[in-house]
Amino acid sequence: MKRIIVCMKPVPDPKAWDRLKMDPVSKTLIREGIPSVVNPLDKHAVEAALEVKDLFGAEVILLSMAPLDTRPVLREVLAMGADRAILLSDKAFAGSDTLATARILAQGIRNIGEFDMIMCGNFTLDGSTAQVPSQVAELLDIPNVMHVCDMDISNKDRLLLTQKIEQGFVMLEAEPPLLLSFTKEANKPRYISFIEILAAEKRDIQIWDNAMLNVDETLIGLEGSPTQMADLLVQKKKRTGIQITGNPEDIARELADKIHQLGII
Amino acid sequence: MDFLLSEREELLRKAVREFAESEISAKIEAMEKTGEFPIELMEPMAKIGITGIIAPPEYGGVGLGFLARTIALEELSRVCAAISMGMQVHHMAIAALNDFGTDEQKQRYIPPLAKGETMGVVAVTEPSGGSDVVGMQAAAEAKGDKWILNGRKCFITNSHTSDFWVVIAKTSEGAKGLSAFIVEKDSPGAKTGRVEHKVGLRGSNTGELVFDNCEIPKGNILGQEGGGLAVALKTVSESGRPGMAATALGIVGACLEEAAKFASERILYGKPITSLQAISFYLADIYTELDICRLLCYRASWMKDQNMRCDTEMAMAKSYTCDAAVRCASKAVEIHGSYGILQEYKVQRLLRDAVVTVPAGGTGQIGKVVLARAALAPYKKR
Repeated sequence: MKRIIVCMKPVPDPKAWDRLKMDPVSKTLIREGIPSVVNPLDKHAVEAALEVKDLFGAEVILLSMAPLDTRPVLREVLAMGADRAILLSDKAFAGSDTLATARILAQGIRNIGEFDMIMCGNFTLDGSTAQVPSQVAELLDIPNVMHVCDMDISNKDRLLLTQKIEQGFVMLEAEPPLLLSFTKEANKPRYISFIEILAAEKRDIQIWDNAMLNVDETLIGLEGSPTQMADLLVQKKKRTGIQITGNPEDIARELADKIHQLGII
Repeated sequence: MDFLLSEREELLRKAVREFAESEISAKIEAMEKTGEFPIELMEPMAKIGITGIIAPPEYGGVGLGFLARTIALEELSRVCAAISMGMQVHHMAIAALNDFGTDEQKQRYIPPLAKGETMGVVAVTEPSGGSDVVGMQAAAEAKGDKWILNGRKCFITNSHTSDFWVVIAKTSEGAKGLSAFIVEKDSPGAKTGRVEHKVGLRGSNTGELVFDNCEIPKGNILGQEGGGLAVALKTVSESGRPGMAATALGIVGACLEEAAKFASERILYGKPITSLQAISFYLADIYTELDICRLLCYRASWMKDQNMRCDTEMAMAKSYTCDAAVRCASKAVEIHGSYGILQEYKVQRLLRDAVVTVPAGGTGQIGKVVLARAALAPYKKR
């Protein structure tokens, strides 16, 4: 293996979700003032890449489209053991939907050059669309396996993948180049070591703007995104209680009937 | 003045927090029951660099310094103060060996500590107490190419989990009559004694060391003959006190988290109890204590990293933070009402742990003796 590119996304820290607000005009999240963390599933993608690196050697590159102030998040993932990071950041990228994001990421990957594998988390905590990995694979014209919950890499030229589907599991054999997106069952991400924190300080985080990528600006950003959020509503879940009155025997009978009706027993 | 931590320090905090929340939390119940240190944690802690955080890279450590160590211990203690206690004493042994050891001693004894293959300890305290260092009874006598050590050490953290101990003993009379020795566990005449069952910090191993005509090779004296008091004082004041302070600091932080969370969820009179001023003022007190303690601890550790004299600041951080931990834990228990004394709630453990930090690493009163001396120094009549 020569090169593995891991797509990763800084997402709003779930611990601060109660402070998250939506922009009423753009219908996008207002991220200012909310700390960012690595999308949890992306750590599983990084771990998978590092396991391949540990066994066969490979350059592991992190690729992220995010604002400049998310650099510490990339530094954290570099401290897991990745070799370098590229942050795709430009005002023109703001408001991109999944397709526009995939276009930007795919162009970033083309700019990096040759690769063996692209690895992603199966979905991100903020958007949860799980569309970007497949779109990137499609744009790069490479095979794509989603929901990877196990990867046997004893043979680097012939990966044995287990894909989690609703009814069970699919066992697949696959050859690079390809894109894989991982579920949390795939592995246990390694803890950051202090040695790697020190090493990560010397690792490069390159910033690429659209002058570098040269993606058609009519195809990216809020304007270039085919998905337009019409409206956004917060679903309020309320518990409603039913009060049963009467003598104890009647209450018990009615309660038992209700439980049967609801199919609980 | 810059009060901000660096990106490196913030990342280090995050790394330890993630590890502690995931791996240590699961061990606490067993630690509380058995009173045993989960030795299996040494390997993953070594992998992260916690065991060797202050050990120089040339001896297998990370060489990150004392502020980094304080942050790491604070994060360990936020989840489990007993692990922080074990680690802080472990670091004391590394500091003693690094400050006073010959290159040969450092090569032999620091790497296994840094790599977590064994735990470290500096044994000073005896059944008669630890504050009166010069009055200790354990004594070593030169005989041929060996030292013969007799005596007992007690209240020794990591006593039973270490493969070797740094032991302070008398080699002649007076303050210049103490010497430090590296004693290997399987030395003839060396053995571990009873294990203590403490009210708090239960998962840190505390016990007795017994030396009965224990034979120590001549080369295992640490520092100069007669230099044992310097080994004990420097190690306790510059490594032990900040270590205890950081452990207590983690407890204070945990008190705030637990108390604020509980008070926000507990409904009385139709509202969360945070709406009651009596409760909110307690929270304000803990919140303020946390900041005071953190500033004291970080400043003292930073001074140590700058090679500044810091024994006074270390004593201040230790005595204030350990007392504050007891105050804050007590308030946190009160905020919990009767729930606070149930074992299912973390605050009772925080209080028990806080109590144990007070006499450890030099009592609060000894710390205040150091502080009073510093306060009175400008007025001392010559």
